[in-house]
Amino acid sequence: MTDQEQPHRRQQLVVVGHGMVGHRLVEAAIERGLTETHDITVLGAEARPAYDRVALTSFFEVGAKALNLLPRGRYDDPRVSLRTGVEVVAVSPRQRIVTLNTGEDMHYDELVLATGSYPFVPPVPGKDLDNVFVYRTIEDLEAIRKAARKARSGAVIGGGLLGLEAANALSQLGLETHVVELAPRLMAVQVDAAGGRTLSRHIEALGLSVHTGAMTEAILGPDRAGRVTGLALKDRKALDVDIVVFSAGIRPQDALGRAAELVVAERGGILVDERCRTSEEHIYAIGECAAPGGVMYGLVAPGYAMAEVVVDTLLGGEGTFEGADMSTKLKLLGVDVASFGDAHGTTEGALELTYADDVAGVYKKLVIAEDPEDGTRRLLGGVLVGDASAYGVLRPMAASGLPLPDNPEDLILPAGGGGGVALALPADAQVCSCNNVTKGEIEAAVDAGCETAADVTRQTRAGATCGSCKTQVKKIVEDHFAAQGRTVDRSLCEHFPLTRAELFDVVLIHGHRTFDQIVEAHGTGRGCDICRPTVASILASQLNGHVLARENRTLQDTNDAYLANLQRNGTYSVVPRIPGGEITPEKLIVIGEVARDFGLYTKITGGQRIDLLGARTEQLPAIWRRLVDAGFESGHAYGKALRTVKSCVGSTWCRYGVQDSVGLAIMLELRYRGLRSPHKLKGGVSGCARECAEARGKDFGVIATEKGWNLYVGGNGGAVPAHAQLLAGDLATEDLVRYLDRFLMYYIRTADRLQRTSTWIDQLDGGLDRVREVVVDDVLGLGTELEAAMAQHVDCYVDEWTATLEDPDKLARFVSFVNAPDLPDPAISFDTARDQIVPAPAAVDLGASIPVGAGR
Amino acid sequence: MTPVCGLDRIDRESGVTALVEGHAVAIFRTYDDQVFALSNFDPFGRAGVLARGIVGTRGDVSFVASPLHKQAFDLRTGQCLDDPTVSVASYEVEVRDGQVLVGGRRR
Ligand SMILES: Cc1cc2nc3c(=O)[nH]c(=O)nc-3n(C[C@H](O)[C@H](O)[C@H](O)COP(=O)(O)OP(=O)(O)OC[C@H]3O[C@@H](n4cnc5c(N)ncnc54)[C@H](O)[C@@H]3O)c2cc1C
Repeated sequence: MTDQEQPHRRQQLVVVGHGMVGHRLVEAAIERGLTETHDITVLGAEARPAYDRVALTSFFEVGAKALNLLPRGRYDDPRVSLRTGVEVVAVSPRQRIVTLNTGEDMHYDELVLATGSYPFVPPVPGKDLDNVFVYRTIEDLEAIRKAARKARSGAVIGGGLLGLEAANALSQLGLETHVVELAPRLMAVQVDAAGGRTLSRHIEALGLSVHTGAMTEAILGPDRAGRVTGLALKDRKALDVDIVVFSAGIRPQDALGRAAELVVAERGGILVDERCRTSEEHIYAIGECAAPGGVMYGLVAPGYAMAEVVVDTLLGGEGTFEGADMSTKLKLLGVDVASFGDAHGTTEGALELTYADDVAGVYKKLVIAEDPEDGTRRLLGGVLVGDASAYGVLRPMAASGLPLPDNPEDLILPAGGGGGVALALPADAQVCSCNNVTKGEIEAAVDAGCETAADVTRQTRAGATCGSCKTQVKKIVEDHFAAQGRTVDRSLCEHFPLTRAELFDVVLIHGHRTFDQIVEAHGTGRGCDICRPTVASILASQLNGHVLARENRTLQDTNDAYLANLQRNGTYSVVPRIPGGEITPEKLIVIGEVARDFGLYTKITGGQRIDLLGARTEQLPAIWRRLVDAGFESGHAYGKALRTVKSCVGSTWCRYGVQDSVGLAIMLELRYRGLRSPHKLKGGVSGCARECAEARGKDFGVIATEKGWNLYVGGNGGAVPAHAQLLAGDLATEDLVRYLDRFLMYYIRTADRLQRTSTWIDQLDGGLDRVREVVVDDVLGLGTELEAAMAQHVDCYVDEWTATLEDPDKLARFVSFVNAPDLPDPAISFDTARDQIVPAPAAVDLGASIPVGAGR
Repeated sequence: MTPVCGLDRIDRESGVTALVEGHAVAIFRTYDDQVFALSNFDPFGRAGVLARGIVGTRGDVSFVASPLHKQAFDLRTGQCLDDPTVSVASYEVEVRDGQVLVGGRRR
């Protein structure tokens, strides 16, 4: 049943909090098709849409715009609505209602809490004075920047990861900066004492003052304007500062959950199970407000994993959140710091192997366990300060508990590290921690036919989540190829040592017009069933000549050679074009009459037209004579060419439609009809967000919005279905056509043979973003050229069947036998099923030798 | 031998179907004007279609690819190049005074 008939059937998913994790949830929901069944409403308390909090400190350099995770301010999927600046003040699980600070009540079927965390401010006297800040939001940073204009010095309370970020910010703002840390070292959670010392030295070398083991007793002040004047430390001299920033830890924002009586973990955070479900069946919690198994994770990657799990669960999947690796690698004040696995050597019997170079400011520690029986050593974890380049190799080693090489010190000595060691990773080493993919699985994917790292990512999801292992994946793929002595051969076939895209360029540059010219200049032999049709397609795309023109007709696959689709018994199917699926009763009657008079089987196709099957070669001209006389033209169902542009009924009739989808579909189908391409091309146009034309299942899909058209590209059905992705939104018809012209021509020029748009986009370096750069932003300056090529196609279009009927030379081919032109092939016969003809099984030809048991 | 058509009825690197003593025979003309005749019946797809296949070369061997599922057959012998256990019949054929003549099935 379509959505149009059952609008109330859609599920309402409400997301509270539009931070990094809430945003990720929506992205995953769109990408994985959850919005096909769910409307999503996101309610965010911050005034702006989600931004990259991890990169918050760079706000001073790059500004708020660069941090924005949703630059257009809304999602391209019209079924998602985002409201910022609204706070949810209450949840009523029994009625399934959330209450907003505006007083509105909102119903949900499923609720996701993604409210994050808030900075902890200890109850120190003076904490409410002016110029005392926290470090969490863009607004916090804006306020700090404003205050810094009139300040000379500042102190950060807290020397953890975030505190050092804040200190970095103050020092970037030109303040004399102090870091005050209660623990005896900096970043106590991540690094050990020696690592902390190395870090302190780096930071002091940058001109910051580090006070470890220092307890803040009070914030001094106020001055006459109500502001801070200093910081009183226990047993130490007070610090004279104008600004104080608290960075003393975070607390899960679980207030909504508590008020709704959801179960809360002992140390805070809404308790969730491995599905990220709270104690209420229809409420989930993810990100920093959640505590899976009682543990709250203060990092973004585990939050992302939780978001994926919830989407998977709502889709009926089996995914679970299994805890997360708390390993971190970051650059703080220009210093590399990494910590992974058991960084503190708390495992019983753990040994430590350290390397320190105080001059260079490098400290590295490996935590190792030795098996008491066979003496093999395994890596448990480690700390890297000053040089974290070995992290990519060491983290997976530790995570998989692999035996270490005999000389583990090579892993952290300056000469070691890096590339060579990666090869030593055994097959069961986990490379992608987000999706738990091992090196062995990556290699197996290559053996199973993946040709590129992008293929592997698609197949295994390695690198598909946070992307941090992408280079590692690529290297493993390349090394695996190299190890097998394999290079990726992208030649078209034995006759041409070129890819289709290269051949396309060569033909264009040299202005070749025939296969003979092309094979003499760039190939060998006389071609084959692969390169001959490819050349035919390239020539057709460039020259728009008739496919049955004498010089090139022997290049055509039999479908193109007879302008009809070959069926299993040697007969053909005939498909007249019905643009946009719109047809008059008169024309429908003609199709019926032709089918009846020639005894053809008829069936409605998925592309909104009518297939007439069972036509013999010699019948095709007579059938087409009738169709052409009635105003039909070729539907190119036989070509690697534009097939149809499917449409829904649109705003003319449909009470939901917002634009004339039929009109646009007809316009596009007529514009691109006859366009030869690397593979078949299909389009669709839907008149509203209900998407009844299934446009996102097409190579190009257009969906009407209130303001214009959204253009999606790269969809297809078939064995490996793909959903089209948004290329550009809210377009005027004129811009839509321009982008489509460019997109299609760019595809035709650069795709491989038989490569659909979806795989082509995936294999482009940069993927969809690259397509957008070329098509929308025109970074290659190709826009006009591509548009001109399409304009030429449009101008030169003639109906192939009309032209064939007018040319005796072309018609001469449509015979059953060269010496008995009208005699039906006696080998073709039909049975009847459900009142129509169907192919009868063929008799075996006596001359053929087929081994017993062979055949189909 | 049965005359079937003028050589000019067959485009270079393509085929035509002829009816010879009740059998459908596919007649091919190569780039260098050699003419070959095979049974038109594709034993894989079990349909009379070979004359409508693409003619090309593999190394030095001229072949036709079945238009149904692309198996290649050696034009000289009818041997399938993708499966040594399969072949189609080949026929005697010659060109005399611009006319193509087809004879009996080869052994
Ligand atoms: C300076 C800084 C540096 C960091 N560096 C790193 C790093 O290097 N690596 C790393 O992994 N992590 C880092 N983090 C942590 C990372 O930013 C968080 O893990 C991540 O942002 C958590 O995402 P979230 O969506 O759970 O929470 P948030 O991003 O905090 O989003 C929660 C959102 O919910 C909103 N909200 C709360 N209550 C309500 C309500 N009742 N109604 C509506 N909206 C509500 C909030 O306003 C907020 O916008 C850093 C954080 C900071 C501040």
